[in-house]
Amino acid sequence: MTPVPFVMQLLNALAAMLLLLSFAMLAQRRVVTLVDLFALQGAVLCAATLLLAWRTGETNLYISAALTLALKVIVLPRLLHRLIRRLGVYWDTDPLLNIPGTMLVGLMIVVFAFGLAQPISALASTATRSAVGIAVAVILLAFLTMITRRKAMSQVVGFLSMENGLFFGAMSATYGMPMVVELGVALDVLVAMLVLGVFFFQIREQFDSLDLEELEARKEER
Amino acid sequence: MDFLFVIGTPLAGALALIWLGAHRVAPVANVLFSLVTFAAACVLSVHVIAVGNLTFLHEQFFIDPLNVFLVALTALVGLTTSLFSRPYMRIEAEHRRVTPARLRLYHSMYQLFIATMLVALTTNNMGLMWVAMEAATLSTVLLVTLYQTPASLEAGWKYFILCGVGIAQALFGTILLYIAAEKVLGSQGVSALLWTHLDAVRHQLEPRVLSIAFVFLLVGYGTKAGLVPLHSWLPDAHAEGPTPISAVLSGLLLNVAIYAVVRCKVLVEGSLRSAWPSEMLMGFGLLSVVFASFCIWRQRDIKRLFAYSSIEHMGIIAFAFGMGGPVANFAALLHMTVHSLTKSAIFFAAGHAAQKSGSQSIDKIRGLVTISPTVGWGLMLGSLAILGLPPFGVFASEFLILTTAMRDHPWATPILLLAFGVAFAGIFARVQPMVFGDTTAKRLPHSPALIPVFVHLGIVLMLGLFIPPYLAHWYRAAARLIGGG
Repeated sequence: MTPVPFVMQLLNALAAMLLLLSFAMLAQRRVVTLVDLFALQGAVLCAATLLLAWRTGETNLYISAALTLALKVIVLPRLLHRLIRRLGVYWDTDPLLNIPGTMLVGLMIVVFAFGLAQPISALASTATRSAVGIAVAVILLAFLTMITRRKAMSQVVGFLSMENGLFFGAMSATYGMPMVVELGVALDVLVAMLVLGVFFFQIREQFDSLDLEELEARKEER
Repeated sequence: MDFLFVIGTPLAGALALIWLGAHRVAPVANVLFSLVTFAAACVLSVHVIAVGNLTFLHEQFFIDPLNVFLVALTALVGLTTSLFSRPYMRIEAEHRRVTPARLRLYHSMYQLFIATMLVALTTNNMGLMWVAMEAATLSTVLLVTLYQTPASLEAGWKYFILCGVGIAQALFGTILLYIAAEKVLGSQGVSALLWTHLDAVRHQLEPRVLSIAFVFLLVGYGTKAGLVPLHSWLPDAHAEGPTPISAVLSGLLLNVAIYAVVRCKVLVEGSLRSAWPSEMLMGFGLLSVVFASFCIWRQRDIKRLFAYSSIEHMGIIAFAFGMGGPVANFAALLHMTVHSLTKSAIFFAAGHAAQKSGSQSIDKIRGLVTISPTVGWGLMLGSLAILGLPPFGVFASEFLILTTAMRDHPWATPILLLAFGVAFAGIFARVQPMVFGDTTAKRLPHSPALIPVFVHLGIVLMLGLFIPPYLAHWYRAAARLIGGG
């Protein structure tokens, strides 16, 4: 067996950290910590992108890393923290499934993700192809986070974490999407957050909370 | 040049209308920008008829038979809806349902939405198509919540989160497509997401990756097209937003989402050389048709009623594209056209009907023919057209779809017929009392301007009796391009 170069080992370690952070987000009920975990995940993603950029010498990846840093480590977490303070939502209510149960489902999802990623990583020509499985797992775990939460805020963080998984997948399998697409996606994510900000205040004015159960309760009256 | 006008006009319009705000010329400016867009789209179509396929801006955008008629259709419905929205939104403002600040948002987002639709249709880059589809959601979320009622906020949240998650799946599908394409087209990254390049090498793309990609793409864009079981955002978003937005969501957004699915299907089927993407499309389509036609019976809100009818028709279109082959594809394209025109006409009429009665509840809308004959007859004729009564165009396309189904997939025919019957009875039983029922309300002193309704229904009627040769030629060329069957 040929020894894995040190840079690759480091990359794999970062990929594993991404996965761990996804599990941490799955278990976290404090919304503030959830946002911090999301920022940390962004930072790990940024580090992985930088490392890969340095190894392959692709300029696109440097830009992509800068985008990740600006958007997912600095701007979005700040926006979210500000929203949390202004709206006063600090805790999520009990998730739909208790936390150990969610973790077990999460484990099964990871196994499934690696199975699904098999043909993809077999095709990918990049050195980081083993990470594709982790990317798929991060996407699906973020999806699970969204399903099991009731507060709108936690669902949004889950949604953003899903975007992290998507970026990591694109990066590890193909060294990033074409620049124009990446810029477009980043713009969309930013606009989505601004729209959400407006939206949260509208919901809050009407319902005095961001609990989605109130929306559900309203529906049954109809 | 004409192409830049098609994309640029609505973008410029969005900016100009932010600046104009709630000024009283804003609605007129909205109409003017839509008119210029439509004129540019017409010039572009004529240009394409003359010289054939075109590409623009380093092949990032292209026009072929499949998207050119959709561009023209989008621009046309954009224009007529802006015409309809002028008196409609004025009445809404008079009733104090919208503030001037919200009207500014409304007009500028309306133009932005049209621009995103046109970009999604004309882009050659599968990644940009995704970006445009997401932008289309974002530009309409705040329009769905324009009235700030609890129900509209719920609808907006559902729309945002469901379409957001759905579209994230489509992004993953796009990434997978890129992975497979990079293998064949090289990692320069410039051409590997361009549809024309992908189409040229589709037989060499790795089938297993593409089949996974297709599942994600179908789920993603299928959510936007409102295919069951991913449809639950659609009736809420249609019912709670202002009516012009219901008309463009139903008439344009759903079409563009189906268009995205079809583009993906062409690539995947070429790579797989097997029919399962078609079968999946047929399955989703049939499920949507049956589910929506039964849901129609439970509706008490006029706009929700027709929203479910949209789901049903998207199901019919998906089913027809799933069957594939020249006839079914032709029928599906025709159905996209006539559904889009008829459904927006119905929403125009339904919007006025709800405004006159002060409620969207079907039980409270009665005797439209007495109150206002144009609204009443518009709603009645539109409903008959959408239910597939001859001689309207919907009859022609549904007839073609049914006969193809009888030939190729006989098992599906009774299911389709049953669903059509259920939907017919459901919608007719609700529309009839709304139009002809007894009412105590007095006749309106002035009749509303419903020219767009009758223009749309006129075109649909014409398409049922006679399809102009150049249009038939486009449809046939597009049907060949989609292939399958």
